[in-house]
Amino acid sequence: MKQTLLFLLTSLLSIPAFSQSDSSFFKRIPADTSKLKLNMDAVYNRPFLQMGKLPVSIGGYLEANSSYFGTDGVSEGLSFQIPRMTIFLSSTIKKRIKFLSEIELEEGGKEIGIEFASMDIELHPLFNLRGGVLMNPIGAFNQNHDGPKWEFISRPISATTIIPSTWSNVGFGIFGKYGRNNLVWAYEAYLTNGFDDKIIANEENRTWLPESKKNPERFEESFNGIPLTTVKTAIRHRKIGEVGISWMGGVYNKFKEEGIVIDSKRRVDVFAIDFNTTVPKINTYFNAEWVWAIVDVPVSSPSQFGNKQQGGFLDIVQPIVKRKMFGWENSTINLAFRTEYTDYNVGTFDETGENIYDHIIAIVPGISFRPSTQTVIRVNYRYHWQRDLLGNPAARTAGFQFGFSTYF
Amino acid sequence: MRQIINTPTMKKTILLGSIALFIITMVACEKMLPPAPKDEAVLAGTIPGLTPQQEHEHLVGDVAFGKIFTPEQGLGPIFVQTSCSNCHAGNGKGHPTNVLTRFANVNGSIVDYLLSKGGPQLQQSSIMGYPAEVIPGEANVLSKRMAPAVMGLGYIAALSDASILANVDSNDVNGDGISGRVNYVNPTSFFIPQSIHIANGGQYIGRFGKKAEKVTIQDQVVFALKQDIGITSDFDMQDLYNVQAGINTGDNVADPEVSASFVHSLVFYMRTLKAPTRRNADDPDVIAGENLFNQIGCTGCHKSTFTTAQSDIEALSNQTFHPYSDLLLHDMGQLLDDNYPEGNAKGSEWRTPPLWGLGLAKDSQGGQLFLLHDGRATTIEGAISFHGGEAASRRTAFNALSEQEKKQIIKFLESL
Repeated sequence: MKQTLLFLLTSLLSIPAFSQSDSSFFKRIPADTSKLKLNMDAVYNRPFLQMGKLPVSIGGYLEANSSYFGTDGVSEGLSFQIPRMTIFLSSTIKKRIKFLSEIELEEGGKEIGIEFASMDIELHPLFNLRGGVLMNPIGAFNQNHDGPKWEFISRPISATTIIPSTWSNVGFGIFGKYGRNNLVWAYEAYLTNGFDDKIIANEENRTWLPESKKNPERFEESFNGIPLTTVKTAIRHRKIGEVGISWMGGVYNKFKEEGIVIDSKRRVDVFAIDFNTTVPKINTYFNAEWVWAIVDVPVSSPSQFGNKQQGGFLDIVQPIVKRKMFGWENSTINLAFRTEYTDYNVGTFDETGENIYDHIIAIVPGISFRPSTQTVIRVNYRYHWQRDLLGNPAARTAGFQFGFSTYF
Repeated sequence: MRQIINTPTMKKTILLGSIALFIITMVACEKMLPPAPKDEAVLAGTIPGLTPQQEHEHLVGDVAFGKIFTPEQGLGPIFVQTSCSNCHAGNGKGHPTNVLTRFANVNGSIVDYLLSKGGPQLQQSSIMGYPAEVIPGEANVLSKRMAPAVMGLGYIAALSDASILANVDSNDVNGDGISGRVNYVNPTSFFIPQSIHIANGGQYIGRFGKKAEKVTIQDQVVFALKQDIGITSDFDMQDLYNVQAGINTGDNVADPEVSASFVHSLVFYMRTLKAPTRRNADDPDVIAGENLFNQIGCTGCHKSTFTTAQSDIEALSNQTFHPYSDLLLHDMGQLLDDNYPEGNAKGSEWRTPPLWGLGLAKDSQGGQLFLLHDGRATTIEGAISFHGGEAASRRTAFNALSEQEKKQIIKFLESL
């Protein structure tokens, strides 16, 4: 299966190589910037290449970087990574029936996954159907995570370890949008397969929602027969920005086996709020997301498995130069700054009444150069403090990252 | 713009600039990374003099010590914690959230550890869908135990029994009110006596554990793997289960869940973990505190210095070290009597805990102190105030000191 998928991907990627001798063979379809776009539009709001008159468009992006990190005086030295390469395939099957897929090769092909593969049936702007492999619309980052859109090499911690971005599952649902003047409002609601009990039985030694991503069975069957519900609503005003509120919840454990009740139903609920805006004239871009997770952890689990988590990030990006540079029109140099906080165990110890820690605080200043909006070359310096469950002196990690990400 | 870049001068400038930027970045990399904490500020690290191969073995053991067990790897089905490092954060003392509970039925001199009822230790945690253990109704004695620090154990393991016996004064012949004795315990089935061990009617001197109930580090490791994490090994294949759920329920992982080599790695790690490094030893208050510590007789039990015997690890051979313990049992009085005998140790008898590392205890206990066998004392003065029995006269002597002198003793203890 993996080999077949690799063959198909290789074949697809070789098409642009053949076409290089004929620039008219591929037609670039730029991302649509004419309308007010929301995070939920991110999957379609990507640059695509269309081959001749074929109804299929392809696209994708690559991320590559190097890093030099050290923790408390110990460094593993310089290393190079290709965190991911992603291929998009899009097609309008028939009027108002669209298909889009996103296939991701992570860590140089070590992991290959279908992140998104859905069919959309457009019935009415306010009521459309979507089915297949969906990205659960929780928070903003999970929906809008393409590397070239970000000035930071590492993904936000809370958005990848509390919300386990990229978090996608098989399911169905509805979505819609309503726009008027400077305002657009949208919603999404899906039922999908969900989490499993590995979120509190894992080698991370804490409640860890990403553990469920390791279960390939979730693309074939639900772990417990109860769907995960994800609902998001967002509103954008052209001058103010976008606010999104989302919730994802369901039962994560196997409470029944062969018809026999073996445990009580235990829920996981994740709430998120996201906001982004661009300050007029100075073009300072703010992007923030905060997430809360509430997990019904059995009382017989050790205290490191928290039943509440929270965290978020704030990104500030300030363009400082925008002009023709090195022969590229409208190139941009940006200064960027991220601050983030992730608390994996909110609460106090029963035994002492003292605060439970297990948190990370990080700051990430950076600079990026964009020869075009589709390509970013970036340098980040990252410093983070991680305290253990008990709040002992923090382990300090810092380092430099240099890399690029580009659509192709 | 393109023309400017294409000029040879500009290309050269960009090239040189890039090289300079690269060099600056590489230098900055080193400067802008967090520095290592001072060796004296942490409990991690190896004993001096290990060979590179031994250093490597230590790192292998370090990984094993931090390994988080999952149900698929044999965790439980009932357990206290999921790894060694959860109870010994940073190799230091434990925290009240990880306190162990031992239970037994004690009727006069008859002690039943209730092995058929889940004894001798409570496993209050369990894997998903399996019931955690509860204290059986037959238990009439509970003993709470805080995890000890694990550094410097290699030195203690390398002591000869003779050097421990040298401090024994069971009948208080010297009249100092202290009558330390050894705890002779039955050896485990996998115990192999070394030249340092002296048998006594088939029993051997325990030197590890709160009541000196374990002869070797390996005894303690195998016991903790099973009783604390629910992990079977080549040395103990019988898994835990909740007796209320039924015999052999809850864990479908093949036994042993870890191999003998995993156990050996853990043992090697602890044998080669350094002893805590003294801090502020030249501080006048610390020196004065040490003198007072000696004067009021604390060293009657908290012996400062020992020398190891010959060891298979050369770096542990004939080494002088300072645990501030005689490793003997002492009657600590009613306040510390847990009524839970182990081996020959009575409820009120405890092995003198080594004081080394006391000044760093807060850094593994979340910024607070939890001292004594169950963590009940949150200050050093508080711990001293619980000293009774053989140590009562030392407590009285401490209380008679001026506030300044008490502070000096505390400062000395914090320097250990």
